[in-house]
Amino acid sequence: MLDIPLPVLLGQVTIGLVNGCFYAMLSLGLAVIFGLLNVINFSHGAVYMLGAFAAYLGSRWLGINYWIALFIVPVVVGAFGMLVERLLLRRLTGLDHLYSLLLTFGLALVLEGIFLDIYGSAGQSYNGPPQLDGLVDLGFMRLPLYRVWVVAVSLAVCVGIWLLIERTSLGAYLRAGTENARLVQALGINVPLMITLTYGLGVGLAALAGVLAAPIYQVQPLMGSNLLIIAFAVVVIGGLGSTLGAILTGLGLGIIEGLSKVFYPEISSTTVFIIMALVLLVRPAGLFGREA
Amino acid sequence: MTTSLALSTPISAATEMGPTAAAAAQRRQILALQDVHAWYGESHILHGMTLSVAEGEVVSLLGRNGGGRTTTLRAIMGLVDRRKGSIRIAGAEVIALPPHRIARLGVGYCPEERGIFASLTCEENLRLPPSQAGGGMSVDEIYALLPNLAERRKTQGTRLSGGEQQMLAIARVLRTGSRLLLLDEISEGLAPVIVDRLLELITRLKSLNYTILLVEQNTHFVEDLADRHFVVERGQVVLHVTAAELASSAELLERYIGV
Repeated sequence: MLDIPLPVLLGQVTIGLVNGCFYAMLSLGLAVIFGLLNVINFSHGAVYMLGAFAAYLGSRWLGINYWIALFIVPVVVGAFGMLVERLLLRRLTGLDHLYSLLLTFGLALVLEGIFLDIYGSAGQSYNGPPQLDGLVDLGFMRLPLYRVWVVAVSLAVCVGIWLLIERTSLGAYLRAGTENARLVQALGINVPLMITLTYGLGVGLAALAGVLAAPIYQVQPLMGSNLLIIAFAVVVIGGLGSTLGAILTGLGLGIIEGLSKVFYPEISSTTVFIIMALVLLVRPAGLFGREA
Repeated sequence: MTTSLALSTPISAATEMGPTAAAAAQRRQILALQDVHAWYGESHILHGMTLSVAEGEVVSLLGRNGGGRTTTLRAIMGLVDRRKGSIRIAGAEVIALPPHRIARLGVGYCPEERGIFASLTCEENLRLPPSQAGGGMSVDEIYALLPNLAERRKTQGTRLSGGEQQMLAIARVLRTGSRLLLLDEISEGLAPVIVDRLLELITRLKSLNYTILLVEQNTHFVEDLADRHFVVERGQVVLHVTAAELASSAELLERYIGV
């Protein structure tokens, strides 16, 4: 075990960190949505895919470049999410979790089905911005500049959203709403509007992750479904509804997964679930969850 | 266009008055329930509640647990699954309005469980409800009135003592400028010395011409405070007693609410 050279180890940690950034961004959206809406959003992977495809199609059809897509796609897909919340999810308020879970699961199947029908399961390649071509020499490895950018952007976005939730009065509405949405509404806050915006924020975040992922991974209809399962595991390990838990666990699991590729590659894709089982045994509410 | 209680009675215009029932009847009705029915799921809880509260009045809802007193307050706020009948706040019909619109008419609600949020600090709890039309107490005024809260402003809301949490729940709606207060069992489970302080606070609010509807188990808490009392049973008002009649109706009251 000790004969593994340090550069290899650090290399896997770095690659794990990039994956972890995507886990963190997706899990953060899932956690915020679950916290306020009590919806287990199974369409989260599909909207991540939608974000990647929107960037790809925008560039092919409309000549929208990467930088513009980075801003526009989350807004457009986020608006689509708000529409879904207003027209569909809202009707299921007060019913069992299962109904919204099935609705979002069905929505994911429909979205993925449409893209599968048109583009097949083969990946489309999307070129990242030329400004971010090239490699950065980290000393122990040469990392594509684009991946450094992905880490920087996702960390900034995650920290920004965490600050928004924990340090602002808007965030106080969200935290209080997560505890008792009815009472927050009785205190004069427009909770239905807050729910729509929160869902839009979570979906927009997934779409942003999709745009960031497009130049790294192949843009293909099922790119979100594999990631989604891990993102759910991250939310459970971090503690349902905990934003800090989702961010730190996402990053941490990416790194641990990377490390497991060095020591025991066969297990690397299962690592996340082994950790989930262990955490649930010791802390059923998750690492950062509030014990009931 | 919404009518606001907050604008109608600025604190500066408040006077010290001991309203009698007759005077109350002539004053503006701030809250009027007419034949209100309310349901949680399939359970029919309120069976035609009718009552009214005039501006500046303190009115108590007495009765045994399960009679529908808490549900009456929740029905006014729109926190029941279904309600019908008529609920007017300062003349405006609110039966079809969502809770946040009702709150914005200047209604401050303190739920029975106090509703202090664990993920917010004391001050965040205090600042949570948006100000209504203005005229509410500033945070500094509230801290001057309740110095305990000032000392603990950075403390997690649910780490405050029960009494502090209750003060915070009331202060929270005073900051918004609400002039109609719905207070549910505020003296419940508190030490007598804290109950006395609450009594002082509510008496002071009364002198500032706030309109208050109280749900109370503790008859002593309301006997010197309230102008009128409604006894609620099986989702209806079964007895109406004014402050003046209270002594002579003691026996009758005892039969309704005695345990």
